[in-house]
Amino acid sequence: MVKFFYEFFWKSKSENGTANMADIEKKEGMNSRRRFLLAATSVAGGIATVAVATPFVMSMMPSERAKAAGAPVEVDISKVEPGMLLLVEWRGKVVWVLNRTQDMLATLPKLDGQVSDPKSEKNQQPKYAQNETRSIKPAILVVEGVCTHLGCSPVFRKDIAPADLGPDWLGGFFCPCHGSKFDLAGRVYKAVPAPTNLVVPPHMYLSDTRLLVGSDKESA
Amino acid sequence: MSKRLEAMISWIDARFPLTSNWRAHLSEYYAPKNFNFWYYFGSLAMLVLVNQLITGIFLTMNYKPDASMAFASVEYIMRDVNYGWIIRYMHSTGASMFFVVVYLHMFRGMMYGSYRKPRELLWLIGMGIFFVLMMLAFTGYILPWGQMSYWGAQVIISMIGAIPMIGQTLSNWILGDFMLSDAALNRFFAYHVVTLPGLLVVLVVAHILALHEVGSNNPDGIEIKANKDPVTHIPVDGIPFHPYYSVKDIFGVVVFLIVFTGIIFFMPEMGGYFLEYNNFIPANTLQTPDHIAPVWYFTPYYSMLRAVTVNFLWIEAKIWGIILMGGSVAIFALLPWLDRSPVKSIRYKGPIFKFALTLFVISVLVLGYLGTKSPTPLYTLLAQIFTVIYFAFFILMPWYSKIDKTKPEPTRVR
Repeated sequence: MVKFFYEFFWKSKSENGTANMADIEKKEGMNSRRRFLLAATSVAGGIATVAVATPFVMSMMPSERAKAAGAPVEVDISKVEPGMLLLVEWRGKVVWVLNRTQDMLATLPKLDGQVSDPKSEKNQQPKYAQNETRSIKPAILVVEGVCTHLGCSPVFRKDIAPADLGPDWLGGFFCPCHGSKFDLAGRVYKAVPAPTNLVVPPHMYLSDTRLLVGSDKESA
Repeated sequence: MSKRLEAMISWIDARFPLTSNWRAHLSEYYAPKNFNFWYYFGSLAMLVLVNQLITGIFLTMNYKPDASMAFASVEYIMRDVNYGWIIRYMHSTGASMFFVVVYLHMFRGMMYGSYRKPRELLWLIGMGIFFVLMMLAFTGYILPWGQMSYWGAQVIISMIGAIPMIGQTLSNWILGDFMLSDAALNRFFAYHVVTLPGLLVVLVVAHILALHEVGSNNPDGIEIKANKDPVTHIPVDGIPFHPYYSVKDIFGVVVFLIVFTGIIFFMPEMGGYFLEYNNFIPANTLQTPDHIAPVWYFTPYYSMLRAVTVNFLWIEAKIWGIILMGGSVAIFALLPWLDRSPVKSIRYKGPIFKFALTLFVISVLVLGYLGTKSPTPLYTLLAQIFTVIYFAFFILMPWYSKIDKTKPEPTRVR
């Protein structure tokens, strides 16, 4: 590379044979002062280029306003009946609050063999949600409704054994974009494009019916 | 020519290379005399480019790149701006037609070996154009800020986020936010109307300069420059581009415009393939539409993206999907070095190449169809099979193009 630029800028002659840089060097001599000035100018030029590029490149990072957004959201879950799904917006993402019935919870152990991370060993949830139901309260699932494949929002399919999902379907979430499947604890099925379980965001209960999404005791 | 006009041209020629460029690129650019139907699509691509540039400028006069106003401003163009509907449909139909003519143009190159020596760089510049065109289509599709704009962009941006180590920072840098939002819409507008069109025009000029340096290939795949008239030094099988091919291309333009205007006036949405129904719903960040699929020209790559469902070689299925999708586009650039056949054109290539090319076209069509459908186990299996065939066409080419039984090339074009 360096050799190429040396040949190109230093040795190449114009077509009519006028002197190139190497000829000039031969004629006028390359003393150490000239060599030093040449190197110093190149280095200074390089630094200036980086310096000028910095504000342009950095201007594209999230602005202060974008960083300031993203406060925790408080949700009243008293009206979420068993079997019902509530959509909450937090940091521009959708967070699901699902009140699972006893029947729904009973499906989870049956699926341990079909999901790829049954014990939630990968770091997709806070410590307090690393359990069989992936939740603080067994019935209430709080999970980001963002597919871990490419960010679509899966569809809640609580119907059992529908025609399109096959007779083994016990209810869960189906991503319409690329066909990833998750169970009612947000655990990902094997052999689908999504690699990991749905993310459980940090959350805590302020009272029995007041849920805070986006903050928990540990990080607050 | 009147004396006054002649004087004016010589005044210009003394100050700007007008006549010499006219000669070099039009009246004395010698193209092979045997161009056929497949040679319309280069000039048609230029026509569509001009259409996109002009209609695009007029659309920016009323469009608002703001997440809260973008959708309404597009509807305003469609309903209230005088003739806004036709300008927008010219632009949206033009986008699809751009891919129609570019795909046919690329297929022409694959049939007649137009990527072979000495046209490798010409082919690579063309690949650059193809890439910029895809970026333009992607950024343009986001602008109406409908459901498909939003969720389509979400999928593509998530791919960047999936890159190990730097993915998340890179995606924040591209979006200007921690998720897809107004900041991204605003900057994608800047790319779509300034950066990318500028880059595209520069690449198109480079493409034509490279073409005129090496000369056009032809359906026989032989070099007309190898057989020049001893006195005039003009290729004996060459005819000047102007007037012969300029007139031929005008005929192509007329036929193309009949089709183009027919689509604009009678079926601008093309049954949901050119403009998807879900994109007439404003973006909803909380709900993905039940069925999402890209616009038709991206569906083959999209099929390959979701075809991989198993992890192997310590790499997640998701990353493999992204690698395959990127690879399926990038691998075209390797064609000049994959093809080891002694002949260029399909006319003299053997049965294996013809079979392989047919299979390749079928796999692109099937993958394209599957990409418009919801994934089912059968469709996923089909996508996997045809993804393998798609890549086999390229990867096995050095081998099968070498052992194929070819016919001798003629010395003159037919």
